[in-house]
Amino acid sequence: MMEKDILKDKSIIETDEMVLNMGPQHPSTHGVLRLKIHTDGEVVSRIEPIIGYLHRCFEKHSENLPYEQITPFTDRCDYLSSMHMTHGYAMAVEKMMDIELPERVEYIRVIVSEFQRIASHVFFIGVFGLDVGAITPFTWVFRDRERIVDLFETLCGARLLYNYVWPGGVSHDLPEKFIRNSIEFLDYFEPQLDEVDNLLTTNKIFIERTADIGVMSKETAINYGVTGPSLRASGIPFDLRKNEPYSVYDKLDFDIPIGKGEMGTVGDSWDRYKVRLQEIKESVKILRQCFKSLPDGDVHAALPKKVRTKKGTVYSKYESSRGELGYYLMSDGKNIPLRLKMRSPAFSNLSVLSEISEGWMISDVITILGSLDIVLGEIDR
Amino acid sequence: MSFVDLILDSISIPGVNYSLLLILAVLIPGLIIFLLMTVNAIVAVYMERKISAFMQDRLGPMEVGLFGFKGGKKFWGGIGQTIADAIKLLAKEDIIPKDADRFMMMLAPFIIFIASFITFIGVPLSNEFLISDFNIGLLYIIAMSSVGVIGIILAGWSSNNKWSLYGAMRAASQIISYEIPIGMTLLLPVIITGGLSVHAIVEWQLDHRWLIIHSPFTFVAFIIFFISGVAETNRTPFDIPEAESELVAGWMTEYSGFRWSLFFLSEYTNMLIISLVGAFVFLGGWGSPLTLINIIPSSYMFLEGPFLGMLWLLLKAIILIFIMMWFRWTFPRLRVDQLMYLCWKVFIPFALFNILAVGIWEII
Repeated sequence: MMEKDILKDKSIIETDEMVLNMGPQHPSTHGVLRLKIHTDGEVVSRIEPIIGYLHRCFEKHSENLPYEQITPFTDRCDYLSSMHMTHGYAMAVEKMMDIELPERVEYIRVIVSEFQRIASHVFFIGVFGLDVGAITPFTWVFRDRERIVDLFETLCGARLLYNYVWPGGVSHDLPEKFIRNSIEFLDYFEPQLDEVDNLLTTNKIFIERTADIGVMSKETAINYGVTGPSLRASGIPFDLRKNEPYSVYDKLDFDIPIGKGEMGTVGDSWDRYKVRLQEIKESVKILRQCFKSLPDGDVHAALPKKVRTKKGTVYSKYESSRGELGYYLMSDGKNIPLRLKMRSPAFSNLSVLSEISEGWMISDVITILGSLDIVLGEIDR
Repeated sequence: MSFVDLILDSISIPGVNYSLLLILAVLIPGLIIFLLMTVNAIVAVYMERKISAFMQDRLGPMEVGLFGFKGGKKFWGGIGQTIADAIKLLAKEDIIPKDADRFMMMLAPFIIFIASFITFIGVPLSNEFLISDFNIGLLYIIAMSSVGVIGIILAGWSSNNKWSLYGAMRAASQIISYEIPIGMTLLLPVIITGGLSVHAIVEWQLDHRWLIIHSPFTFVAFIIFFISGVAETNRTPFDIPEAESELVAGWMTEYSGFRWSLFFLSEYTNMLIISLVGAFVFLGGWGSPLTLINIIPSSYMFLEGPFLGMLWLLLKAIILIFIMMWFRWTFPRLRVDQLMYLCWKVFIPFALFNILAVGIWEII
């Protein structure tokens, strides 16, 4: 066709969607997620998340390893909340072996889990701030997260991948000054959190960027199997710690914050941020109660000499900082599992992305993706 | 008396070649501007890094000293860092992607650089230190500061990268939009003082009062001008064109080394230009702030003069630059449509109303 004809008849000029490849190397895809974005100018018409760039064959590996040796692998799945991963796995194995744990072990596990939840959620606040362009909260929360990591270091020597919670117990008892240091940290941490809160939560620009953006209705959240803080932000008070309490959570007093749509609609990005912020405060509450009622005992008392499970299958659920973490274990009675399937919360949470972010702009996709708080290590496994 | 006039005036001295003088009249001010730009970039980058560090509970650069001077505990700790960075940038490999439009991509940084370079010609440092004294000074500054958009679009388009293209499109729409409120707010001083030249505006302020406190409307105008200026220089909360969490680095994604450092240089120069314009149009130019307080007797007028005037003007500019940095490290980023909303539906109506209101105020 001649160029002249095209100019004469405007309808011949084809307009096409532009396909943008966001990732796997991109500053705000939180790891190695690749998003194939179909855009019309700045407006996003379709998103395809493409995963698998961090696939490490965790599940297949587990079929060739004794139960004890799988623990460090679970650590590496969600590297931002390693304690949750190992705790969930340990619970699955204990459920299969019918191990009764000493009270002290349960309390210690709750303590480290809640510390991990704080660490993971403050990390979320930092990177969510980065996603919408605020840089300062990131360094502030990293300063505070550092203190938690230091506490864990005194506990087990590691700073990121702890291998602390073992099936049947924990690797070390609490060190001498741990409780005092922890309470000191909590006293220091609460005002610091309020400072971050002041800087970000009610900032006009922050509200403009997050309120009413990426609204996830109750139905959508349930249909896509979204769990964790993202689900609670949609107004559903579902938390495994409360609804199906494990460990000693039934003895502790805490609330489940849900999204109320204070700045926009229930289930928008601002709610997902706010719910996590409130959960940090609840975790602090839980920690203070745990330190008050921590019983004495031997943390190694219930450690099995040999981990050998009975035949059958078991599914164990755990509320990780990202949602419902499930381990499905199938055993034929050996010391090696026949099959291990992990229900990764971030995977289900990510699947809702294309549903809630279509029709928004590229900047909003970043915000929505950030508000879902995904960790690619856990999605790809 | 400006630099160019000073050089050309020496023609009356017998035995001086006129063409040589013309070359000098181009070269010397050019050198002065270039030095000013470089020193400004080096100082401002160091200032930015230290200020951001203190806002974020960090120390910032602490390792590189200068000529054996190690610096103190905190602020002077890494005084040589930006110089080292500049050397590193100049020594870096200049990468041009295979499918990029080579000529355009090589040209773009220079257009952007030249735009901020020639804008500086009209910007005063004090009543004596001024590159060239136009009678249309303000108009010249407004006109020249928008030349850089061409370079940005070229850079974004020629890089053959979708992120760069997005960044360039955003930058172009943003800069063109925010030219309008800037132009409108800079009309107020012209209405009030009745002159476009730098001298006319500042002398009026020295005779009467600073324009920012002249009337409530000029105060609003200053705020609109300053915020639009922040948007014009692509800084947070308006750093949408180079939003690092969205567009990687916007229109400069594919650049490296010297060409990238030209972008950097002109970005910081634009900051200085906006601050200097704000300082001399609204904040009394090279007038001493002490005259604001009436308790100072007139015998203290020795606090003014070409050198001290430059000091006062730079001090005012640095305060404005500090506020820009403060914005950057505390605010999140706006979205494209929100940015346009702010410009077209908030600033422009206010600026238009301001013009009307100042007109009435002046009559009364």
